[in-house]
Amino acid sequence: MKCSEFLQELTNYLDGAIDDRTKAELEDHLAWCHNCYVVCDTTKKTIEIYRDSQLYELPEDLRTRLRSAIVSKCHAKKKAGPERI
Amino acid sequence: MSTIQPKLGEPVFDELALVQAAKGGDVAAFEELVRRYDRNVFRIAQHITQNREDAEDVVQDAFLKAYGNLHQFQGQSKFYTWLVRIAVNEALMKLRRRRPERTVSLDEDVKTEEDSLPREVADWSPNPEQQYNQAELRDILARTVQGLPTSFRTVFVLRDVEGLSTEETAEALELSIPAVKSRLLRARLQLRERLSRYFQRRESANGGTKHESGDGHK
Repeated sequence: MKCSEFLQELTNYLDGAIDDRTKAELEDHLAWCHNCYVVCDTTKKTIEIYRDSQLYELPEDLRTRLRSAIVSKCHAKKKAGPERI
Repeated sequence: MSTIQPKLGEPVFDELALVQAAKGGDVAAFEELVRRYDRNVFRIAQHITQNREDAEDVVQDAFLKAYGNLHQFQGQSKFYTWLVRIAVNEALMKLRRRRPERTVSLDEDVKTEEDSLPREVADWSPNPEQQYNQAELRDILARTVQGLPTSFRTVFVLRDVEGLSTEETAEALELSIPAVKSRLLRARLQLRERLSRYFQRRESANGGTKHESGDGHK
């Protein structure tokens, strides 16, 4: 397996969306190709860092403000009848 | 109609009951749906628009649009996937308004130089995120993901940040599954490449301890 072929399958490999045979071939490649091992490992870390980052958390005060605005507009719409917003 | 008071984190199966109640005019039921997903919608909106005020508007507009169109929700997909689709469209509209000079489309299939094989293959530190304080880290992550083309960024945030499946992402973005997979792969590789400059293992440590060969003792 070439490195380019490994990279094409990287997302499927990380997501566990591959059959056992392809998985074994990819892991064979990883066992001897240090560069692909590093790319695979650091791509996995990239995903984990973003997943755990709490980037763009909605502050509680803003959250409350937005929710009451939404709810009051829903009530207004309910009163006004079934026309579209 | 009985009042539905689900708790946060309740399983998805009673979500349909909430949707049904909201369709029937129960605003409290809809408020519970808002409570469940407002954080997700805000995060998605901010990732796409890259603007806090726009993201706030998208949260309001997306939920109000969902409320106004609940009768169109048939229950064939999850309510959340349907809501994400509305939110992404609202966010893209904001982005187009803000950047009329640039075409913003999820269909763009951008070829960039970074699509070639990875150039940076240095290993990272064992706990790369600990090299920076929280504010620095968030800044690095935000700037890095902002540099991606919109279509890559949107697929990445839905799949890897929000945890939608490939199929749900395809449905929410009206893309084919191969298109989602291709954009996701390239988004991940580009982010990895760009983060490498911050996170790669350094030969001399940061904290003042130098690892030097030879006899450094005085």
